[in-house]
Amino acid sequence: MGKLKIGFIFTNRSLYDILIKTFVFHTRGSVYMKKTETALVLSNNKLTEGIFDITLKCPDIAPLARAGQFIEIYPDNGANLLSRPISICEAGADTLRIVFQVVGKGTALFSNLKSGDKVRILGTCGNGYELKPGSALLVGGGIGVPPLLETAKRLIAAGNDVTVVLGFRSGSFLSDEFEKLGARVHIATDDGSVGFKGNVVDLIKAESLTADTVYSCGPKIMLKFLSIYCEEKNMPLQVSMEERMACGIGACVGCVVKIKDETSADGWTYKKVCKDGPVFDSKEVCWE
Amino acid sequence: MIDTRVNICGVELKNPVMTASGTFGSGKEFSDFIDLSRLGAVVVKGVAAVPWKGNPAPRIAEVYGGMLNSVGLQNPGVDWFIENDIPFLRRFDTKIIVNVCGHSVEEYENVVRKLQGQDIDMLELNISCPNVSEGGMSFGTDPKMAENVVKAVKKLADKPLIVKLTPNVTDITEIAKAAVSGGADALSLINTLTGMKIDIYRRKPVLQRKIGGMSGPAVKPVAVRMVYQVCKAVDVPVIGMGGISNAEDALEFIMAGATGVSLGTANFIDPYASVKTVEGIEEYMKKYGVSSLDEIRGIIE
Repeated sequence: MGKLKIGFIFTNRSLYDILIKTFVFHTRGSVYMKKTETALVLSNNKLTEGIFDITLKCPDIAPLARAGQFIEIYPDNGANLLSRPISICEAGADTLRIVFQVVGKGTALFSNLKSGDKVRILGTCGNGYELKPGSALLVGGGIGVPPLLETAKRLIAAGNDVTVVLGFRSGSFLSDEFEKLGARVHIATDDGSVGFKGNVVDLIKAESLTADTVYSCGPKIMLKFLSIYCEEKNMPLQVSMEERMACGIGACVGCVVKIKDETSADGWTYKKVCKDGPVFDSKEVCWE
Repeated sequence: MIDTRVNICGVELKNPVMTASGTFGSGKEFSDFIDLSRLGAVVVKGVAAVPWKGNPAPRIAEVYGGMLNSVGLQNPGVDWFIENDIPFLRRFDTKIIVNVCGHSVEEYENVVRKLQGQDIDMLELNISCPNVSEGGMSFGTDPKMAENVVKAVKKLADKPLIVKLTPNVTDITEIAKAAVSGGADALSLINTLTGMKIDIYRRKPVLQRKIGGMSGPAVKPVAVRMVYQVCKAVDVPVIGMGGISNAEDALEFIMAGATGVSLGTANFIDPYASVKTVEGIEEYMKKYGVSSLDEIRGIIE
């Protein structure tokens, strides 16, 4: 009963928080509003090999941010024309922090940005996580970890109990920042260099971690096995998906994933990661 | 005073700038950024008789100065379009051009039949999509097939019929003439050029479907050349597209003979590109004393 009471208080606190945030958002316009802006690079730090941490000053777009959303950044170098979708790691009043991995020409270009540089961005894009009152388990794999930081921050601020499971090939990044927020942090590495040796799902099983809601971002294979596990344990899971994009706003219909659809003859339909997602209920995703 | 109006088959557009089909949805996504009423017309994403699922991802690959896509005309079907997109677009003072796709003559006919009496301004027959295995581009690469499908659709069309051509042919003027002889009221070109990109680290094509359609600024010289050739070969109005990103690009197509122009991939690179192009054309006309686009259209001999 004591536990229930605490849960009830937390629920009220989160509702209060949601009401305040909704009010703030509505005074600024629609929740899913998008803008473009020339952002000022305030800092760029290399976190570890191939992982960069940039803070952008963007007073028009930053206030629109929701946990789990992303922004589009344009290379604007004449050759690489398409914007790159990068998840929001942290949102301040007029700043956005992005932590990304160098995977191609666009991200290589961004990794060279210096304080004082300007970069054209569009945002905020996608739906973001639906933050639920109650205990939360956040599961991130590799470059899927950064969007969980803002998610953890908002869940903790709303009074929820947050446990974080972070998976890496080797070493780790951002884990200390989750600890500072007050989250319980577990780390799994493929090579055992930090924490548990193995994958995040094995760690969750070994530690018997449970929560009212699970939020996740990472490689598709990780999301798939996490989805199977959460279904077994009857834990609702929100997964953030990834796919190659062109426009980032839902117009080109490039970035699709298979989503269950009873109204369709064969039971599924292609939905857009950039607009219908990137966050989907794991039970809706057709895992292949 | 400048007059940016253009007339295509009796339909008057406030300016020659349109959006290329498949890059602009039905305008909803872009209405967050621009006033659609600034555009001459919105050419909507391809509409089929029934919902189409499209191709598996990855559907997008970036290439130098452009991109490849293999979307495959995913769309919710003509009924959904009529119910949702026409009322949305009619809130704006712009013309509505509906891109029609099909796997067979019958499917094209079914779409056009359902669009009879609807509040739209023109039809654009898509016989040039490289990303569908039946129909699409196969109609647009054979003059006889092109003429037949245009003839069949023209009988049912109660709005002016634009036929959109593929550049993936030996002589585009042959297909252009065939489409006109089938009854095309206007032509639009170019659709995408077929292309391919290989990820040398994964040793696989980037696109799941291996081959896709290339678009973007890199294809523009090819498109200008084809628009020029087609304008010399036929007497119907031509809507030029292929790599247009700004007013300078658009004016090249107009001087090559195009009545209208469309921006496609440029919308992905800058959501304001279409309106900036309208403004740029106005500035050019004022600066260089062009009172009507008729004065510069097709001036290249």
